[in-house]
Amino acid sequence: MALIEYRDALNQAFAEEIERDPNVVLIGEEVAQYDGAYKVTRGLWKKYGDKRVVDTPISEAGFIGMGIGASMLGLRPVMELMFWSFATVAYDQIINNAAQIRYMSGGLINCPIVIRGPANGGTSVGATHSHTPENWLANIPGLKVVCAATAYDAKGLMKTAIRDNDPVMFMESTLLYGEKGEVPDEEYLIPLGKADIKREGKHVSIIGHGRAILTALKAAELLEAEHDISCEVIDLRSIRPLDEEAILTSVRKTHRAVLVDENKPFCGVSAQIASMIQEKCFDDLDAPVQRVTSLDAPAFYSPQIEKLQFPEVHRIIAKVLAIS
Amino acid sequence: MEILAKQNAVSAENHDSSEAEINRKLTTADQLELLRKMLQIRRFEQVGLSKYQGGKMSGFIHLYIGQESVAAGVCSLMGEHDHVITAYRCHGHALAVGMTMNECMAELYGKATGCSRGKGGSMHFFAPDKNYWGGHGIVAGQTPLGLGLAYGIKYKGLKGAALCFLGDGAVNQGAFYECLNMASLMDLPVIYIIENNRYSMGTSLERSSVVKNCLAERGEAFGIEWAQAKGEDINEVRAVTQKAIERAHNESRPTILEFDTYRHYGHSVADAKHKGGYRSAEEIEDYKKNHDPIQLYKRHLISKGVLTEEEYTKISDAAKAEADASAKFAEESPLPDPSSIFEDVYFEVDRGTEAGRTGKHFFND
Repeated sequence: MALIEYRDALNQAFAEEIERDPNVVLIGEEVAQYDGAYKVTRGLWKKYGDKRVVDTPISEAGFIGMGIGASMLGLRPVMELMFWSFATVAYDQIINNAAQIRYMSGGLINCPIVIRGPANGGTSVGATHSHTPENWLANIPGLKVVCAATAYDAKGLMKTAIRDNDPVMFMESTLLYGEKGEVPDEEYLIPLGKADIKREGKHVSIIGHGRAILTALKAAELLEAEHDISCEVIDLRSIRPLDEEAILTSVRKTHRAVLVDENKPFCGVSAQIASMIQEKCFDDLDAPVQRVTSLDAPAFYSPQIEKLQFPEVHRIIAKVLAIS
Repeated sequence: MEILAKQNAVSAENHDSSEAEINRKLTTADQLELLRKMLQIRRFEQVGLSKYQGGKMSGFIHLYIGQESVAAGVCSLMGEHDHVITAYRCHGHALAVGMTMNECMAELYGKATGCSRGKGGSMHFFAPDKNYWGGHGIVAGQTPLGLGLAYGIKYKGLKGAALCFLGDGAVNQGAFYECLNMASLMDLPVIYIIENNRYSMGTSLERSSVVKNCLAERGEAFGIEWAQAKGEDINEVRAVTQKAIERAHNESRPTILEFDTYRHYGHSVADAKHKGGYRSAEEIEDYKKNHDPIQLYKRHLISKGVLTEEEYTKISDAAKAEADASAKFAEESPLPDPSSIFEDVYFEVDRGTEAGRTGKHFFND
């Protein structure tokens, strides 16, 4: 197994899928000649040319809609948003068209598109560039929402997303692109809707997705070393479909749950999961479900302050200790 | 860039489009078929309106009456790889591409036999097997999708065009301009067909657009060829559209067409009886009397000796009978089963995959 960066794991997924299926095409701002704003598509234009890797103007509504129209005709476009925050410009296309065309046509039309790019802040780029829109999108029936935390997951989930016949919203993170992880040499796929136990544990379930998983793993290590508390870390990997069974199984084992989430707290992803846990395994709980989310304010510019807005290790530890 | 403005404003000139090559080729049967198509659209909508007023359906209905020549003319030119997409005033285009009255009327009734299984309604008819990618409810929201159809056609190396209809209101939406820029930049075979009926909902063109006499001309800024023509004349619609289709097929270049047209009824049933007062009774009467595309074509065919009054009545009655029968079909059709609420949301749910079977996409219990 090779140790590679998250961005390169995605890059491998694109290259393999471009070679496998002539209908796969990468489209977005600066994905081709510039190699991608975050170098996720590095080298692909040179290798596969103008037809398969396509630069667009800065026109999110236009080019996302174009990808949706092309997917209706059978292409499998992978659309890059330079930031997921810019999806706000294309929401008419994503929600009214990608998510609902299958339903409104009574199943006649499919939309096999992947829309992807970095979500979350953490790089001091201000509120307009730091949104965590997974809850906005998971709220829309017809969309799938994937959040990969590791290089291994990013590749396996992306390959599945490209082959999926529904529109998949694929969330990455600027801060994850440089993270290294083991990726096998042989091909593999990870199904959407299967959570992953990133760390086995018996006292508390820490459940989350995306970059928050890395924070959770650090917290779990410290809790083990300093407090002898064994935490199980469940990485959801996709918000929709949601692996309810994995969540419930873990909570039934540990009887305690702390949800970590870079999403906002109000009507956020963790709110959905907390609701689900109390409905479905209330009797298994020995303590109230706790949440560690981003703070309920737009992203701060000052990096020192912005950092405080995300779920930090010490905040996770405090919540675990509070219910242990 | 070449300035094309004057030469493209063909409607200003007094000429006979029936002499255009594409129309001279029409046999008697072809011409009667064009007339039949327009009458089918009209009778379908007249029956639809009366059933709506009789409480048989709900939602919005945006009637196309008065504009039939545009849909019937454009769609009569469709080849194997030409695709159509339109906005919410979609009944005319749907019937023009060959959808049946039954599936369309049943959709208005919200019945399981509707083209969209009762999930789309008036604004959302679809028939991808007929290269018809639907009615779309958000003004100009279909214009990027039309661009995508053109992208797909070109990507697959096919000789085709994406025929994307929009109204005069849609030209003021930002998405449309993004499309014009990309269509020209990427050489995409899309044809944006503005059906200028002079009113975006209840707001007249005079009050919604700074340029009032020509909307297609906006293509100049993007290096896109354009033409403005009389939409009430089906021969002219066909002649102008044919050139755009040839351009798309042979040069993979976009075109903007603008057809001046008029809707006899309101924007939707909400103002079907013109209670809004945004246009005068005299204006409506003038368009009905002097600019009705069906009457104009009828007169043309009679003057050419292709049609008699008796034949016209026969075609018209047949269309009415077909529309009535479709209403009967719709009324007798079953409502969708409530279980179909969770069908057609996700491909894999419908295919009974594991994720589908466990219902993990849904949060209902």
